[in-house]
Order: sequence, then C-alpha cells, then structure tokens
Amino acid sequence: MRAFDYAAPRSLDETFPLLADGRRVRFLAGGTDIIVQLREGRAECDLLVDLKRIPELRRIEIRPDGTLAIGAAVPCAEVYEHPEVRRRWPALVDAASLIGGIQIQSRASLGGNICNASPAADSVPALIVLGARLVLASARGERELPIEGFFRGPGQTVLQPGELLVRIEVPPLPPCSGARFLRFIPRNEMDIAVANAAAFLRLDDDGRIAQARVALGAVAPTPLLVAEAGELLAGQQPNDELFARAGELAAAAARPITDVRGSVLQRRHLARVLTVRALRGALARAQEGS
Amino acid sequence: MTTIERPRYQVIGTRPIRPDGVEKVTGRALYGADVRLPGTIYGRVLRSPHAHARILRIDTSAAERMPGVLAVVTHRDLPAVADGIQNLGETAVNVRELAANLLADDKVLYHGHAVAAVAAVSPHLAEEALGAITVEYEVLPPVLDVREAMREDAPLLDESRRTKNIAGQVVGERPSNIAMHHRFEAGDVEAAFAKASVVIEREFRTKMVHQGYIEPQNATAVWNQDGTVTIWTSTQGAFAVRGQVAELLRLPVSKVRVVPMEIGGGFGGKIPVYLEPLAALLSRKAGGRPVKMTMSRTEVFQATGPTSGTWIRVKAGADAEGRLLAVEAELCYEAGAFPGSSVNAGAMCMLAPYDVENFRIDTYDVVVNKPKTAAYRAPGAPAAAFAMESVVDELCRALKMDPLAFRLKNSSREGTRQVSGVPFPRIGHEECVRAAMESDHYRSPIEGPNRGRGVASGFWFNGGMQSTVLVAVNPDGTVNLIEGNTDIGGTRASLAMQLAEALGIPYEDVKPFVADTDSIGHNDVTGGSRTTFATGLAVYEAAMDIRRQMVARAARILNLPEEDLEYVDGGVQSKSDPSKRIGFKEIARQQARTGGPITGKASLVARGVGPAFSTQIVDVEVDPETGKVTILRYTVVQDAGRAIHPSYVEGQMQGGVAQGIGWALHEEYCYDEQGHLLNANFLDYRIPTALDLPPIETVIVEVPNPAHPFGVRGVGEVSIVPPLAAIANAIYDAIGVRFTDLPISPRRIVEALYGGKEG
Amino acid sequence: MAKVHVRTEINGEPVEFLAEPRQSLLEVLREELGLTGTKEGCNNGNCGACSVIFDGRVVNACCVLAVEAEGARIVTIEGIARDGELHPLQQAFLEEAALQCGICTPGIIVAAKALLDREPNPDELRVRHWLAGNLCRCTGYDKIVRAVLAAAERLQAQEVPQR
Repeated sequence: MRAFDYAAPRSLDETFPLLADGRRVRFLAGGTDIIVQLREGRAECDLLVDLKRIPELRRIEIRPDGTLAIGAAVPCAEVYEHPEVRRRWPALVDAASLIGGIQIQSRASLGGNICNASPAADSVPALIVLGARLVLASARGERELPIEGFFRGPGQTVLQPGELLVRIEVPPLPPCSGARFLRFIPRNEMDIAVANAAAFLRLDDDGRIAQARVALGAVAPTPLLVAEAGELLAGQQPNDELFARAGELAAAAARPITDVRGSVLQRRHLARVLTVRALRGALARAQEGS
Repeated sequence: MTTIERPRYQVIGTRPIRPDGVEKVTGRALYGADVRLPGTIYGRVLRSPHAHARILRIDTSAAERMPGVLAVVTHRDLPAVADGIQNLGETAVNVRELAANLLADDKVLYHGHAVAAVAAVSPHLAEEALGAITVEYEVLPPVLDVREAMREDAPLLDESRRTKNIAGQVVGERPSNIAMHHRFEAGDVEAAFAKASVVIEREFRTKMVHQGYIEPQNATAVWNQDGTVTIWTSTQGAFAVRGQVAELLRLPVSKVRVVPMEIGGGFGGKIPVYLEPLAALLSRKAGGRPVKMTMSRTEVFQATGPTSGTWIRVKAGADAEGRLLAVEAELCYEAGAFPGSSVNAGAMCMLAPYDVENFRIDTYDVVVNKPKTAAYRAPGAPAAAFAMESVVDELCRALKMDPLAFRLKNSSREGTRQVSGVPFPRIGHEECVRAAMESDHYRSPIEGPNRGRGVASGFWFNGGMQSTVLVAVNPDGTVNLIEGNTDIGGTRASLAMQLAEALGIPYEDVKPFVADTDSIGHNDVTGGSRTTFATGLAVYEAAMDIRRQMVARAARILNLPEEDLEYVDGGVQSKSDPSKRIGFKEIARQQARTGGPITGKASLVARGVGPAFSTQIVDVEVDPETGKVTILRYTVVQDAGRAIHPSYVEGQMQGGVAQGIGWALHEEYCYDEQGHLLNANFLDYRIPTALDLPPIETVIVEVPNPAHPFGVRGVGEVSIVPPLAAIANAIYDAIGVRFTDLPISPRRIVEALYGGKEG
Repeated sequence: MAKVHVRTEINGEPVEFLAEPRQSLLEVLREELGLTGTKEGCNNGNCGACSVIFDGRVVNACCVLAVEAEGARIVTIEGIARDGELHPLQQAFLEEAALQCGICTPGIIVAAKALLDREPNPDELRVRHWLAGNLCRCTGYDKIVRAVLAAAERLQAQEVPQR
C-alpha cells in the first residue's frame, strides 16, 4: 500500500480547496471498498479525504415534500435502521441490508456504493426504480442528475475533478405503488451479486399498472434501466404472463459477460428470473399500500 | 450415541471446558502472528505474476539500496540440496523440490510462486521494496488441467521428469508430467463384469480446493549469533518444521528450535514450510534481527497447499441381488507444480466401505502449473469417494435398492481385504450404516417439489506415528502434562482427559502444555487424526509409569511390600486389606521425602491404528430457477471408537461436513487461460457462512479400537469424505440431474437446466 | 508522509498513538498497541476475524484506517470480559465447545456481543444472519450458534446490565 496523506475536513467549504492543489484525491466514506483497493494497488492517491466529519454528509433527512435525502457518507446500517425509511422505502432497505455482512454495513455508505461504480452495486437498481437523483457538489456549486445518468462504465462516473457526491435524493412513493429489490448470490450472504434487479409499480384505481420501472445490475458495464419493460407493463393488468414477458425484455436488454462470478447464460437467465420476482414483490407491496 | 458396552469411566465421555479455553475466548492466546519480539523487522515475498516462465534475471540491487531494507534473498541464498524424501506424516516431500517451491530456481511454475523475499523495518516498506526488484521472465505456455497435462504434447514443467512407479523407480522413457503411475489390482475384473446385471460407468471432475483455514501462514525467526535458529510459527508439526528447515538450510536439527504457537486451523495445510526458512535466511542477512512474516490471504490461496483437482473414471458392476462384483477406476490427480498428490490414498479409500473382490485402479500423479498441493483432511479420499459413491447411487437406483441397504449388504468388516491387500482390523462401517438407517432423519420422509435426499459413506485410514509425553506430579497433587502436539481443535482436553482417567484424578488437576522442540522428544504432526489416538497412547503409558512409581512411594509410606499394593481409583491400596489406602494427592505431597520428584514419560510409535468410517444423510432443496441449493437437513454418523470429549468429536464431524458442503456446492480454484488464479480471496472463494448451513446433526457410533486402552479411533478427517457424493446424490433425487463435476454451483445447475455452455 | 496523532478510547481507556494514514486500525491495534486478540484473517473485509465494536457498531478493523479512530470509542476482545469475569458469551463458548482452533473466536464473540447489545433475544436464523460476516472453517457454526443463543438466554435471565 503506497503512502498517502489524510484529511478530514469539517465542511464542504473546507473540502474544496483540498481538491484543487493537483494531488490525486480519493474520497473516504465507509472505506470498505477504497481501503481495500488502495491496499491491493487497484487504486492510488496522494490524498485521502475523509468525508465523515462533514455533518451534512452524515444526515438522513425527510423533507416536507416527502423527499428522502441521504448524505453520501451515511452508512447502510443507518439507512435500513431508519424507521421512516423502513416504512416508506422498503426497496431501499432490501438493498442496503444486502451490502456485505453486518461489519460492512456498519461502515459502507450508499454514496460509496454508488461512486465505486461497480456494475453489480446493490444500491443502484433500487435507487433507479425509485427515481433517485444525485446531488454533486464542487467549488463551482451544485448540480443534480438522475442516478441512471451517473455511470459511464465499470468504475467510471460523470464526476469531474474537484467534484463529489454529497447526497442522494429519493422522491416519495406515490399512493398505490411499491418497489422491490432482489439479487442473486451463490451463498446466502457475503457475495457480490451475480445479477440483481429492482422493480417499481404504481397501480391505478382499477388495479392496472399505471407506471412501471425495471432496473438491472451486474449484467452490463453499468446498471441498466430497462425502459422497454416499463413501457410493456404500463397500462396492463398485472399477471404472471405479463411479468414473464417483462422478464424476457429484461433478459434481452442484459449485456452480460462471463467472469469468475457468473456466465453470460446464467446472468441473462437470472435477469429474467429476478425481474419477474422483483415485479411480484413490487406488486405485493403496491397492493399492501392501496 | 450408539455404544458398544462402555466401561464405567469417570472422565472419558464427559464434556469439560478445554484447558486453553479461557485464553482463546479472551483474546490472550498467542497465535503465530501475535509474536512480538524487540527489534522485529518484517519480511515479504515477491511472487510470480506468471503461471509458467523461465527466470532470466533477478535484479535486487535497487531494493537492497532502499533505506530501511535490511535483507533480500533469492534462490541463490538457499544452500544446494539434493533429492531426498522427508516424511511429514500425512505426506512426504522431496527436499530439493521443497526448496524450489520455497524460492523459484530457474523457473516459476505457478502464479504466486515465490521468487524473492525482503525484510525491512516496516511491512509497508518491505512491500515497497518488492516493487524495486526487477525480474525478467521468458513466459512459457502453462498447462493447468490434469488431463491436458497427461498428453504427450503438453508443455512440460520439468524436462527431466520421467514417470516413476509407486516405489520411486523410473518406468517412463519420455519426459512427462505424469510423475507416478500405479495399478492396484485384485481378482478378475472382466469376468466379474460379465456376471453383472447392472454396470455403471461415469467420469468425474473436481477442481482444486483449499483448506481455507482462517489464520494465514506466519513465521518469526531469529538467526542467533551462536549459529542457532529459533522459529515461532503456527504449525501442525513443530518437529516437521524443524526437520524441513534443517534440511533446507543444511543445519543439524539441534541447531533449530521451533516454538509452536497457537494455530488457527490447518486441515493438513500447515505441515509444509513456506515462510519459516525465508524468515531465518532474512534474519541471518539482517544481522540476527527477528524477522516476522505473515502471508496475505491472496498469498495463502496462491501459494499454499490446495488439494488436487481430479479427473476420475469409475466403472462398477453389481448382480441382480445387489452384490457389488467389480470396480474399475482411473484416478488422475493434479499434484500442482511438484509431484506428490494423494492419489494413491484416494484409490485405497474409495473401495474401503465395500467388500469387493475384483478391482483394478490406475492412479496417476500429475504435475500442472498450479500450486504444490498439500494434505487436506483425509487427503485424496473425498474426490475418489465422490466418484465411487455417486456410481453406487446409480447402481442402487438401477437395482431399485435402498442405498443404505446396498451399503450394508456389501459392507466391509473385520477381515475384509483392503485395496492394499491388508485385511481390516475391527471396523465400524456396518454399525455406521445401521445407525444411519435407524436415525430420525432417515426415517423421516422427504417431501415437496425439488427436494431430495442423498446418502454416502466414507473412509479414512487415520494415523499412528511417533509421540512423546512427559508427566510431572506436582506436590499439590496436580500433574503437568507436557506434550508436543499443537492443539488445533481440543487435543489438550482429550489428552488431559485420558491422563485423568488413567490416573483416576480429576480432569481439572491435569495441566497440559505444548512444548517446543528443545523441550520434549519427537512428536509427529497434529494430523492424520492421530493425536487423541497416538499421543493418547503415550499419555496412557506415561500414566502407567506414574502409577508404578506411586505404588513404590506408597509402599514406603504405608510400610507394605509393593507386591501387596495396587493402584485403584486414584490411590494405592493393599490387595489384602483395602482399608490400607493412600490417595494420589497424599503420595504427591510426600514425594520429596519418598524419593524426590515423580515424573513419568512415554515415547512410542503408535501401532494398532483404528480406521474411521462415516455415513451421512442429506436433504436438499434446489431452486430450479436460480440453481441455488439449500441444505435442509444434514446428519453425520461416524465411528469414533470411543469419544473422549463428545463435544469436540461432534465438532470434528460437523466441521468436516461443513467443508464438504462447501466443496460440493461452491469452492473451486478459478483460473484464466494464462494460469492466473482469479479468486484468491474469501469473497470469490466461497466457504460456507453461518447462513449457508443447517444445524448439523451428529450420531457418534462407538466401535472401540481394540488396540487402544480406551478404544480411541481418530475422528478428525473422515467426515469430509462423504458429503460431496451425498449432496450430488440428493440433488439428483431432487431434480433428476446427475452432476459429475464439482462444484455443483448455481451456475452449473442453471447451465445444465437451461441448456447452455459458457457464453 | 507525516504520521497523524490520534486520540481515541479503547476498552474504556484513553489511548493516543501516531499512525501513518495507510495503517489500518487492525495493524495499529496489533502491531503498535499490542492488542493481538483482534485477528487478521483476510485483510479485506471478508472474514470478520478482526471484528471490533466502533462507536457502538461492529466493524472490520481491517477496513478502518487507524486515523479514522480519532474521537471514537472502540471495544476489542480484550475489553469484553470485565472485572475479572468472563462475559456470558465467553462462558457459553467454553461450555458449548464453540471453538476449535479459536482464531475466529474473538471476532465472533465481539460480533455476537454487538448483536446481543441491540437485540437481547435473537432467534437462530437471526444469529446466523448476523454472524454471516464471520467465517469459521472449523466448527460448521452449529456450536457457535448454540453458544450465542445460550448466552442470550443467560443474559436475559441474569438481567446483566448492558455495557
């Protein structure tokens, strides 16, 4: 592990000057990815900036309009233990409670999971179907974008030099809607997703699907929003046959690779299976809420 | 517990707290990596990025010039050693090859093969120094698979290698990666197959898997100014380390002292040396500074002993009545970069549950560009049993015969000739099968879609070998038990219990202590399931030594002739008048005035090893959509001979099963085509977590070993043998697909069910 | 790179040390502070052998930098037994024979304590789920799970004050 400097600024205003002096900077939130990457030589930096002392990055806030704002350095355990998050955004709990074991969840943040930009990141498909937006900040100010626009490839994001993710904003779920996140791993814990999937469904008064979103992970260079599946589902009466067709579209949208964690065939197959299961789960939650 | 008439024991069969327990639950127990000596510097190893390459040049000069770097070593710093076999207990090593494994000579033979080592004032600096070493390689094509390596046109790991027979004589004319070929044969196989009404023939493949102990290899060494070397390490065999280090460094064994620290798991993998000689060499070059080395988890996977990947063909035939008539098999085992797989053990174990007169088994020990294999719990047996017990399952299905009834009908027993030709002593396979048939598990139905049940049996020889113990009686009536077997899983307790039983004193009065190699006579490894049996025998003999002395002391105190005295229930009493009696504690208290300290000892080569059998039942559920296999219920039946501490016997049974489940479902070494190990971490090398296993039910069968005073058989290994086949058989029962390749991972199941090959 | 002065609390005692930013909490606990009860099994967050309680949550000390410990309250295995008495978890591990080699034991006891501090009455599945980040290669977990459940029962019966 190469040597580096460490800074733990107390505010964003203290942070930005650190990013402007030409040193290679990496950010530290939970550290469960970056520390291992630095140790194994898969990442290098001159300065590691610890974001956990910046209060606004450590807050979970529910705004008057019902939007959930999660600071980028909030650990997963705080997300899934939050009573309002548990009540209103169970799909986020699905995801946050699956990232690593208890020890990892005590540290790892959603922000880190997102910025690490693994195609298999468990938080991302759930956030995509929930319509989450990311707020990025730099010395020039803030900008925001939908989460599905954040990724450029494995480990690659739209973050500019001097810019960091400060929070994740999740809109409230509309009435009669539900979302579910699922992943497949070989063991029952501690693995990276072979494939994962999230689904969101909003039902109209007749129980038809008014709106649907399906997202996949670990089956393409970036997490995927499968727009065709959402289009297929919208306006339809939910049933197994419809979900099976949505699953086929998800499998068709997948562009998986074979690696040590799974094969093309397995991943494409799982994209279908998990999509169907996630849709069923989302439907059950939507019906519960209606 | 199924027990054959058990004598009334006071201590044996109880479940006391282990003597080293408090230290281990409070974090005070010192394992190898916990050694902290003043002035310690840190060693790290540079490893090959290639699976097969010629080393053209190594330039260490830049590293040597770095401030804070105190020593650098390469193969040139190792003394030249000649071919010579050193017996390590469960396995043997050729010392020249061990040296070449320690630090590559002219060629690197696997990804992660050690090339150089450095010592520096901090571990981070040592790691930086590795980056300053330049190695020029001429990359060669690797050969990674046992069948590929056996082809005549395969890349050769060693152009001078010729195939040898089991006795070590060269039989091959051409250079070959086949290091050894042997044939075990008896009866008339062809004639027997001709009489069979059912014949099943299948090919099986298993991947390299790792022991997966949680504690990485470690060593701290000091090369003292008087020319002696002291090594602190986590090892299964302090004397095995001493012997290997002495051979490799060309020192007399008396110059090497090995202090065995607590050990964080071994399963056979902590018998060969990897770091100890390097730490010693670095210490010498660094002027005698203590050098501490610990492996990273990646290094553990890349460079320490996995067990063989295998290709096995089995053909077995039975008559219409379910009598097993003949077995023909070919076993091809990957030895790794240097010869010495456990293929012959596999051949000798696979048929052990059966009384079968006609067999022919060809064994091949094959080198490939992967790490040198080491012993792993019942080495060689699980893969062979996977093949044999899967074929037996198919025979039973073809015969419509209950698989346990088949095993009972064909069971080996006392007098049955083993594959080696040697008849079995008293063994307990029939008793295990019966206990399995009578278990609640087997008598409960398995119901529901995609659920199935499988069974399998397994065998392991167990080990005897050499042991020494010393026993010293303290004036307060307690005894010190000094032994030389490191305690991996409760042997301090099992030895102390045998001593307490033999002396008739409370267990709490025995204080076991694991000594270093300067402090006790030779002890072979804690391995081969031998310690409770073999060192237990030594404990018993030492107790008898103490008892004789106690009788002599009592004679003085009681003023009675020794002939009239006998040792009974923790005291000495008159045969003619049992009211004349003196207790152990009182004799102990008076020892200074009755002749001085009372100490007993025993050294022996343990004879009369009691082999072990296990029969296991597993219920699984397969998710046909995802390929995930859930273990619903698991029962392990095992003949322990006599369970000294039943909790630790159960623990061995459960632990072996857990490893077997991992092997069956998830564990495998994954390589790319260039021979890079892709999953050298606990994330992608998936050993079972607490959430992956059910409670593992245990049934201890006790068929006492007649050659041990308490009936002990080894219990550490056999439980890993049946799970591979039991699970494969259960999966077949659940979904009707016969898997012959391990692991039966979700990926393999999905690909089998949904028609694909790798995309 | 300059060493950083860190003030923290370990097992109830104030501790100060100097650390390079690249040193993990695990490395500093073991090599600098002599608290070798916290074990290294993988050094990348996959085995749980280095579990410590950090500001009330169980974490892998290998995935925390020592400099992050500034102002934190840390409990290691050395701080689980108090006043010369074993914690009921430690006692249960002994009685249930829940360890073989013992290398994973400190991490598992620390993780289990973090569980019982939060949830005094977990069921078997909850215990297995909580401990999934703590690998054990010896036991098959059966006796470990029993020991945690036994300790939970004992703690509740004794109503031992939370600490």
